[in-house]
Amino acid sequence: MSDADLSPTRSFQGLILTLQRFWAAQGCVILQPYDMEVGAGTFHPATTLRALGPKPWKAAYVQPSRRPKDGRYGENPNRLQHYYQFQVILKPNPPNLQELYLASLDAIGVDLKLHDIRFVEDDWESPTLGAWGLGWECWCDGMEVSQFTYFQQVAGFECAPVAGELTYGLERLAMYVQGVENVYDLNFNGGEGDAKVTYGDVFLQAEQEYSRHNFEAADTAMLFRQFTDAEKACRSYLDAGAPSDETGRHRMAQPAYDQCIKASHVFNLLDARGVISVTERQSYILRVRELAKACGAAWLKTESGGAAAA
Amino acid sequence: MPDLLLELRSEEIPARMQRRAAEDLRKLVTDALVERGFLYEGAKAFATPRRLALHVAGLPARGEAVREERRGPRVGAPDAAVQGFLKGAGLASLDQATTVTDPKKGEFYLAVIERPGRETLDVLAEILPGIIRNFPWPKSMRWGAASAQPGSLRWVRPLQSIVATFGPETENPEVVPFSVDGITAGTTTYGHRFLAPEPFEVRRFDDYVQALERAHVILDADRRKDIILHDARDLAFARGLDLVEDDGLLEEVAGLVEKPVVLMGSFDERFLEIPSEAIRATIRANQKCFVLRKSGTEELAPAFLLVSNLVASDGGAAITAGNERVVRARLSDARFFWETDKATKLEDRLPKLDTIVFHEKLGTQGERIARIAALAKEIAPLVGADPALAERAARLAKADLVTEMVGEFPELQGLMGRKYAALQGEHASVAAAIEEHYKPVGPSDRVPTDPVSIAVALADKLDTLVGFWAIDEKPTGSKDPFALRRAALGVIRAVIERSLRLSLTALLERRFAQAGAERTADLLAFFADRLKVYLRDQGARHDLIDAVFALPGQDDLLLVVRRVEALGAFLGTDDGKNLLAGYKRAANILRIEEKKDGRAYDAAPDAARAAAGQPEERALAEALESARAEASAAVAAEDFSGAMRALSRLRAPVDAFFEKVTVNADDPGLRENRLLLLNALRAATREVADFSRIEG
Repeated sequence: MSDADLSPTRSFQGLILTLQRFWAAQGCVILQPYDMEVGAGTFHPATTLRALGPKPWKAAYVQPSRRPKDGRYGENPNRLQHYYQFQVILKPNPPNLQELYLASLDAIGVDLKLHDIRFVEDDWESPTLGAWGLGWECWCDGMEVSQFTYFQQVAGFECAPVAGELTYGLERLAMYVQGVENVYDLNFNGGEGDAKVTYGDVFLQAEQEYSRHNFEAADTAMLFRQFTDAEKACRSYLDAGAPSDETGRHRMAQPAYDQCIKASHVFNLLDARGVISVTERQSYILRVRELAKACGAAWLKTESGGAAAA
Repeated sequence: MPDLLLELRSEEIPARMQRRAAEDLRKLVTDALVERGFLYEGAKAFATPRRLALHVAGLPARGEAVREERRGPRVGAPDAAVQGFLKGAGLASLDQATTVTDPKKGEFYLAVIERPGRETLDVLAEILPGIIRNFPWPKSMRWGAASAQPGSLRWVRPLQSIVATFGPETENPEVVPFSVDGITAGTTTYGHRFLAPEPFEVRRFDDYVQALERAHVILDADRRKDIILHDARDLAFARGLDLVEDDGLLEEVAGLVEKPVVLMGSFDERFLEIPSEAIRATIRANQKCFVLRKSGTEELAPAFLLVSNLVASDGGAAITAGNERVVRARLSDARFFWETDKATKLEDRLPKLDTIVFHEKLGTQGERIARIAALAKEIAPLVGADPALAERAARLAKADLVTEMVGEFPELQGLMGRKYAALQGEHASVAAAIEEHYKPVGPSDRVPTDPVSIAVALADKLDTLVGFWAIDEKPTGSKDPFALRRAALGVIRAVIERSLRLSLTALLERRFAQAGAERTADLLAFFADRLKVYLRDQGARHDLIDAVFALPGQDDLLLVVRRVEALGAFLGTDDGKNLLAGYKRAANILRIEEKKDGRAYDAAPDAARAAAGQPEERALAEALESARAEASAAVAAEDFSGAMRALSRLRAPVDAFFEKVTVNADDPGLRENRLLLLNALRAATREVADFSRIEG
């Protein structure tokens, strides 16, 4: 493999590496994906929890995102139940965040003299995380390639200072810069001939299997149980870590938040299985939000959350 | 006269907010100026995705000087009073005051306070920060390092810079000296994000507009719209196509670009097998592009127009190709929805509707459909529709809500249902009713003509009204979240425009689980209100509608309208006007005498007694008896003009009676019978309306 194979326009991994280098140069810590199933990069504690509190924070990472309902058994060229987001979070947002974002597009091979980049209104809201922000969908020649959000509130708390969040849809961007119509035809490694590995080689079978699982087989009795267990565990870890020593700090915000993430994903699976009615749906979302809020409150009592030692 | 130039440059402002924001900016600044006594010649505000701009022309350089006279105490008044006067007027000693002589009260001190007019520049510096801080954005945000502190500036998206200059045309204007949250007003701005990234200086409005144009920014949204529309028409014409014009979309895309560049893309002809409405909805909603028709036809062309924000170095080839890719993907989705939807019959979708809640207190969509179907079947014979077809149409009317296509494009509800129904071989009236039962949607929408559509449209709207009345969710003030006023108006228009006879009480009362009579009466009062609004728009008098609704049992809207019309025509004649005057006189006398006597004169007059009285009295008694009987019979035959004609014959005997007969006769028996005669007049008019509600 040569460096050319890792050009962002030649390979999926080249695109990821380019974005990582770009944001590393802006002072971001380059993290690895969170080791739990999440619906979006925002759920990673490096975004949800770090967006809270006064401490500056800059991070970038790839996050595999699971949307059980979006499974199409590998038959749709654009829709996947598992895909990659590239997530950047900068707190506070620098004044030139839009320019940085455009420079990152240039870095991955989008020529700004040839392509029509637009910032189209999109108010972001996550009812499960109790979070909202204002920003845009970023369009490249009519295609949404990123989300750009100024977080105003997370876990029910005002963000002070505000963080800027960028989320790149990696498959879409890669399809665009590689000029490919079907996600499974993406060149993953930049190789040619026998050396070429496509996105389909890596993920097609998984999409078929997980679509079957998400829509037909996922054990709903188990999932209902897991939801309740995660909810209970979240509460008990929050209680167990509650401030008790002289520091006045919470000591288990992150393990508790893991259980909130877990509950959220289990809910998504149940939803995909179609076993949650419209009215119940709202109450499940509310239950996850309550967990997120409680975890956010706990995080604000930790050192990284900015709580001074008592 | 000096001008103000103000520019607030920010990150991209949502298209839907721009026009309103420009207008708010103009109003807030000019109002604040006028409030402080600063008049101006003209003001205009502008918006692009990245800036709000305001030009106020013809302001004075400084405000008017103010001269105020303050009267002090009498000359020789105690020192405390003098000192208080000096302090209040801001004078150092009495030398600065003058004295005046009042012929009655003697000599007084007078302070003349003169305040020079304030510099307009200073006043602007004082008002602009507050307007920016409290700008009425529908949604605003905080950003950056400053947002760590409470009370930091809020704007629709981060505010980047402010230009504010003030001065006459002939000189270099001055910068209005102010800053907001660390952003200091100056003279530097930026043009198009990609085409002119360098900063430049501006001085006043004229050179500002020109400098922006050189920097590829068209400031005026209406000009951007004109450019888009003309370029779009030209491009279409050159290919032998017609632009499908769309004002809402035009307004939106003009708010997404600072430099509009219209480009044409195309898609595979085979996508045209998708219903054209779905193609248009896809391309419009997702891509904000215009669709095209083959010239002179209703048929869509396999092409679209996009509006980009860039004069690209390749002439737009890459942009067009990129948009075509996305349109292709979207149309593939639409075709997939269309094909998938066709594979399932509408009735097979009904079980799914059983699981969807329509409203927490009103059950599922499935239950709602069952109610509408029963009601449509019952209404059908009343509107000339086949009950079986009406019931079938109602059962299928909401099935498309769970199709893929309508899930993706809710605005296609009804229309897709009609297409799927036609494809599965439903009766043409059933297919039409699936689309048309939502009609009329607004005041300008048409009322369906097919009786099956009418039956389902009425059933749908009446079920909604009954449902929300049953759970006390009625419209209040400006709040009407379930569009109940629109539903009632739809019923009214269908009834009137299609001349439908419906007894609403008979239809609705038993549909309420409880308090049916009371709730039906309340709902009828709501219909009366809506009918009043409707008829008033058509020029009818609201008092006549009240006069008719005041009669018992008015639940047939068509008869109400006809009666109002006949009444209006009658009151337009001399006979009508005089009879109304006679009625008012009779009613007045009765009111006074009934109060005086503490009893009601509501029995029938004694014919023999009347016959024994004066000739006019006898004539009125006879006329009343025949007119009332005739009017009553005419009303029963729904011949309201006939009823009015019958009443018109009362005019002469009523006039003669009032001229010759003294009601308050000395003979108590005579007096009583004459009052009873007047009551008989009141009763006769009540055959057609409650005349007491009529004004004039």
